[in-house]
Amino acid sequence: MKRAAFSQPLMPVALLMPQLIIIAVFFYWPAWEAIYSSFFLQDPFGFGSNYVGADNYTRLAKSSEYGKVAGFTLFFTVVVTFLSLGIALLLAVKADKVIRGAKTYRTLLMWVYAVAPPVAGFLGGLLFDQNIGPITDLFAFFGYNLQIGLNYNDTAFAMIVVSVWKQIPVNFIFLLSGLQSIPVAVREAALIDNKSGTRRFWDITFPLLAPTAFFLLIINITYALFDTFGVIDIMVKGNPASNPITLVYKVYTDGFRGNDLGGSSAQSVVLMVLVLLLTVMQFRMLERRIHYT
Amino acid sequence: MATVSVTDISKTYPNGAQAVRPASFDIADGELIVLVGPSGCGKSTLLRMVAGLEDITTGDLRIGDRVVNDLDPAERDIAMVFQNYALYPHMTVAKNMAYGLKNRGASKDEIAAKVTEAAEMLSLTPLLDRRPSQLSGGQRQRVAMGRAIVRDPALFLFDEPLSNLDAKLRHQMRVEIRNLQRRLNVTAMYVTHDQVEAMTMADRIFVLNAGGIEQIGTPSEIYRKPASTFVASFMGAPPMNLLNGKADGGKVHIGESAVPMPCADGSVLLGIRPEEVAVSQMGTIPFKLTLIEELGASRLLHGTVAGQDFVVNAPNDDTALAEELMLEFPANALHLFDAETGKRL
Repeated sequence: MKRAAFSQPLMPVALLMPQLIIIAVFFYWPAWEAIYSSFFLQDPFGFGSNYVGADNYTRLAKSSEYGKVAGFTLFFTVVVTFLSLGIALLLAVKADKVIRGAKTYRTLLMWVYAVAPPVAGFLGGLLFDQNIGPITDLFAFFGYNLQIGLNYNDTAFAMIVVSVWKQIPVNFIFLLSGLQSIPVAVREAALIDNKSGTRRFWDITFPLLAPTAFFLLIINITYALFDTFGVIDIMVKGNPASNPITLVYKVYTDGFRGNDLGGSSAQSVVLMVLVLLLTVMQFRMLERRIHYT
Repeated sequence: MATVSVTDISKTYPNGAQAVRPASFDIADGELIVLVGPSGCGKSTLLRMVAGLEDITTGDLRIGDRVVNDLDPAERDIAMVFQNYALYPHMTVAKNMAYGLKNRGASKDEIAAKVTEAAEMLSLTPLLDRRPSQLSGGQRQRVAMGRAIVRDPALFLFDEPLSNLDAKLRHQMRVEIRNLQRRLNVTAMYVTHDQVEAMTMADRIFVLNAGGIEQIGTPSEIYRKPASTFVASFMGAPPMNLLNGKADGGKVHIGESAVPMPCADGSVLLGIRPEEVAVSQMGTIPFKLTLIEELGASRLLHGTVAGQDFVVNAPNDDTALAEELMLEFPANALHLFDAETGKRL
């Protein structure tokens, strides 16, 4: 490692300051506030707060509603991650084989990536709109009345579809570039060693894709947990009580609509711990198993 | 072990470029043939067509008694060693070698026995549990060989297998590959752009140029009787000297001097290998020396004959050389080529 020498001892500190200040203001401070206020019960009208110890946490642990939301979040995360990775993998493998017009084809598949998340949520909302949504019409054509925001399962379905749709291009780009970074000669050697294309994929291609896939797995779990907020917000149509929501959305509804800042903070802290665990897992795994060269 | 029989095989890409012009040849059982030529001559394409990695546009390819044109690479009973080894990075050495066997439904005991045997043969036994990333270039090369050997294929294909190794290792592996091929008595096709590899390893050499086979012959035939100026200048280091001359009345005139050589009158190219030219007081051809390259046992004299570039490989006897020398061309060392087509006359 090369060490740069500074003649002025304060210089490196000054250079680091902007980054440190940003992290402190936008991460440590709010995080600390969340942890701090999770031990208080706030007056709903903002007249003060009482220290309640770990009450907010025990309340969470006992709450059947919180359990239900956590259950849905788990289901939602697993399904969204699995589908968006699976479909993207299928598309990437197929796109990788296209020879003629490959660029156009790939660009078309990546297009959705350029759609900003809120716009994507809005588009998804339109697609499933009760009156003009083409997907709603399609279901109606087959005799099913899709009721987003009214029917729990229908809403869950729409949330998953839109979330998956939004995430596929990201996964596609990574997986395709992962596939293309596998040396051609290695694939050709496999071609000579194994007749079955499916077996070749699982024996050779997929293991070599694993570093990319694992990275994406973490990214997708994080996405499904946190970045689907906009989609959920549009789908529940302001009626979170009777609709499926995720833990992150519950933090928002309890805190800002239910004015239960203490409880909401406790939920945030739980989520923070979850993210921490995911990150540790990611670093551990990435360092250990999946790299070959 | 099998013969290979190729009839009018050719390759044309969809964009119309012809990579391999129609060619026919046979390879005998246990023979090692080397495809040699400059880059872009179609030698690798030809090999990949035999492997099944490239489609065959026209013609028939037989390995043993089967036409294999439409068979998958895995069904052709071949094994290939790639230039950059193409080992599976996520598998150990043992698994790399076993993979092809496993997919052919060999039993566990059989696989273990063959892998052990191949590892033994290539001194890879202590490395069986390593990953390719933990091996040196030469060791990876051996694993690639091992992967080919365990399969016991009808035909070995080598695609420039030594070009990523340093000179010393290349020489060592060259000998090893040749020994191994002899011992296993397996038919082999070997692609290289290195004419030394071609000369030293081949039973027969195929010299390719611009998608076509220029000449097929044993190393000594290729060296002694090159079929064209292309072969003459490609095989041999330094390459054969080629002098523009005029044939007239049983003599070839080069500048002021002439060499007796019976042939039809007209423009010709007179070829002679640098190592067959003699520097001699008795010589009849004047040579203007411009540069001496010391090679130890011999030295290369660069200069001109009648204004045309010329190289002489002379024994190194430590004598000082004058700038003007006389050369002698032994009659049996002369080659004559058509000036237009470059074909041997």
